[in-house]
Amino acid sequence: MAFRTGISRRMMIRSGFGLRSMSSWWGSVEPAAKDPILGVTEAFLADPSPDKVNVGVGAYRDDNGKPVVLECVREAERRIAGRLNMEYLPMGGSVNMVEETLKLAYGENSEFIKDKRIAAVQALSGTGACRLFADFQKRFRPDSQIYIPVPTWANHHNIWRDAQVPQRTFHYYHPETKGLDFASLMDDVKNAPNGSFFLLHACAHNPTGVDPSEEQWKEISYQFKVKGHFAFFDMAYQGFASGDPERDAKSIKIFLEDGHLIGIAQSYAKNMGLYGQRVGCLSLLCEDEKQAVAVKSQLQQIARPMYSNPPVHGALIVSTILGDPELKKLWLKEVKVMADRIIGMRTALRENLEKLGSPLSWEHITNQIGMFCYSGLTPEQVDRMTNEFHIYMTRNGRISMAGITTGNVTYLANAIHEVTKSA
Amino acid sequence: MDPNHMISASATSGSDFGGSVFAHVVQAPEDPILGVTVAYNKDPSPVKLNLGVGAYRTEEGKPLVLNVVRRAEQLLVNDRSRVKEYLPIVGLAEFNKLSAKLMFGADSPAIQERRVTTVQCLSGTGSLRVGAEFLARHHHQRTIYIPQPTWGNHGKIFTLAGLSVKTYRYYDPATRGLNFQGLLEDLSLAPSGAIVLLHACAHNPTGVDPTLQQWEQIRQLIRSKGLLPFFDSAYQGFASGSLDADAQSVRMFVADGGECLAAQSYAKNMGLYGERVGALSIVCKTADVASRVESQVKLVIRPMFSNPPIHGASIVAIILKNRDMYNEWTVELKAMADRIISMRQQLFDALRARGTPGDWSHIIKQIGMFTFTGLNTAQVAFMTKEYHVYMTSDGRISMAGLSSKTVPHLADAIHAAVTRAI
Repeated sequence: MAFRTGISRRMMIRSGFGLRSMSSWWGSVEPAAKDPILGVTEAFLADPSPDKVNVGVGAYRDDNGKPVVLECVREAERRIAGRLNMEYLPMGGSVNMVEETLKLAYGENSEFIKDKRIAAVQALSGTGACRLFADFQKRFRPDSQIYIPVPTWANHHNIWRDAQVPQRTFHYYHPETKGLDFASLMDDVKNAPNGSFFLLHACAHNPTGVDPSEEQWKEISYQFKVKGHFAFFDMAYQGFASGDPERDAKSIKIFLEDGHLIGIAQSYAKNMGLYGQRVGCLSLLCEDEKQAVAVKSQLQQIARPMYSNPPVHGALIVSTILGDPELKKLWLKEVKVMADRIIGMRTALRENLEKLGSPLSWEHITNQIGMFCYSGLTPEQVDRMTNEFHIYMTRNGRISMAGITTGNVTYLANAIHEVTKSA
Repeated sequence: MDPNHMISASATSGSDFGGSVFAHVVQAPEDPILGVTVAYNKDPSPVKLNLGVGAYRTEEGKPLVLNVVRRAEQLLVNDRSRVKEYLPIVGLAEFNKLSAKLMFGADSPAIQERRVTTVQCLSGTGSLRVGAEFLARHHHQRTIYIPQPTWGNHGKIFTLAGLSVKTYRYYDPATRGLNFQGLLEDLSLAPSGAIVLLHACAHNPTGVDPTLQQWEQIRQLIRSKGLLPFFDSAYQGFASGSLDADAQSVRMFVADGGECLAAQSYAKNMGLYGERVGALSIVCKTADVASRVESQVKLVIRPMFSNPPIHGASIVAIILKNRDMYNEWTVELKAMADRIISMRQQLFDALRARGTPGDWSHIIKQIGMFTFTGLNTAQVAFMTKEYHVYMTSDGRISMAGLSSKTVPHLADAIHAAVTRAI
């Protein structure tokens, strides 16, 4: 019996077997609040003003305000296109990519890599790496909590909340000095119960740009040893902060030298400009190879019901670049160009503000490091920046330095001066 | 700092300084499906056969990148204006629109009325997980019914998403077909609002699909009981060779004006496996509900991976929106489906030629990438040991892994297993 396709709705309803009721299952679903960071770019795009400036999202722009695809990436893609196949990666991702990525974080000749003591899997950029870790922490240390710095990237809170790991905070940013509140930070480390889990930004803290000094990192590491705390590093800006990847991983090196068994989330979104490709890595340093194998197998168990295996394209770009000495050299050069441009913009912004005769101190602009500057602007001042000057940033006063160019730095300085001169 | 400071080992931390906080973690068992390939790779025999993972292989036993996909990739590489910026949380807008049209039909009233929200996710797995997380947070009934048997990863996905998993009868070992009565009985007993996982076509692992008449009955039952259908569509176009025919089950449900979810994967039908391209669609009663639902789905995605990978979705969008490329795709897709159908026929003929005991007609009646042979675990183990044939222990074989050259070897193995193994 042929069955007619294209059954009409009216026929369904008349047959009496159509709709049980006219109401939706989700009639009571509330509209969710917009993401505070991504919402800024949406508003910017909608603004018709020719003067508008976007210093919201942390994505690199060149001096013309354009997104950049690194030459080393273009070359890698040329080599990858037309390759043999698009087969599934293993659950833990590309082995080559992970190996190269570990070298960046743990050192080119790391004994831990040689001894196979690191459990590592490819992850969906930094977000995915943090989420895998948070889920793993929940499963295997269900009584633990995570100590998160104040402030931090807003999504950190979402990640550990969705993983159902309770959160605590620790002091970090000092609004008065626009620097690190080191004394309070150390107090919090000492007062936390022994064996607590801490989230640390390896370099270029987001959103403040405030990093501990090398000496301060050493003290933090020592106190962590005393307390038996677990250090989880989110490293999203290696190479991007100082221009030198080895230097940017100094905090991690200190902890490793002190014997800590750490965890690291790494991202290639910014330092290789691979944002939308979602390439990253989660690693956990274990006592021995056997433990690393066990931990990796469990990380895979978390990945399998989330996405089965990670995307191959971005991983291939990374392993192509890092596996070829010439391409790797090119990459390091291009990373330094990006970092230097940002450092240059920091200097320019500060100089402009000082030239305008601002009554406030703007030292912090050049003291801070990485993509972001915590300007110290209040939410009300930020609103004025947007409403009067069409300058878009998040309401915590965070400015993405990558959005500043030689073309708009003067305009930006003027606007900041306007809204703060009577502060 | 006092260098002689004594380091206290705390009982509460569970680990002395120097010890790992994860020292108690034990090794997880191999994934049963992916573990098959691991074992296959270790086997040194020159005549080994991998019928484990459902990834398409050519007659030569090689993976296949579709010509149209290569063309799309070249277009992407050669376009210097392309950047690698973050996609929005919901993914590539063009991809989402085109995927919805592919799934529900270009003229679907639900799409025209803007009642469908579609978000890009990480292939089928990711779409199922995001959909399930949304339901666990916003649907009043947190139970999902999955068919017995089903893809091994389904249960884990739903459990981790926060749903409680029950099963409904599906496969009948006696007939090697659908246990339709059992299915209807079990779904009749489901509480109102319960979620029902349905394989849109080419059921994995059995290859047994309801007829259209049976689908209509299932639809009536689900709607009258107020159950919520969640389709897993991983093989659209791959099962029969026709994209529209393979979407009939889903479109039937959407046509009655009711709500449903659909997880779409491009892994098999576009050969984009490792690129992880898929889409989750939620069909709602009204456009307003769809918009609110989308905003909540974004809250699931942001703390999971922030935004989806751009590459694979860009390839799909190019192909779907370009008429010539779309047509070329349908031709290549049909060729893959036809080759599999031909393998089914060849295997069936080979077993008949050997006089292998039993009724093997299910091989040609079942549809899609897999055949549920009906072989038991002992027979499977025998085939692996004696004939180096690798498959999952439930007797599922991936027809895509067969070729005209290897069919005789498999037929020999099955024949031996059935006549000699206990």
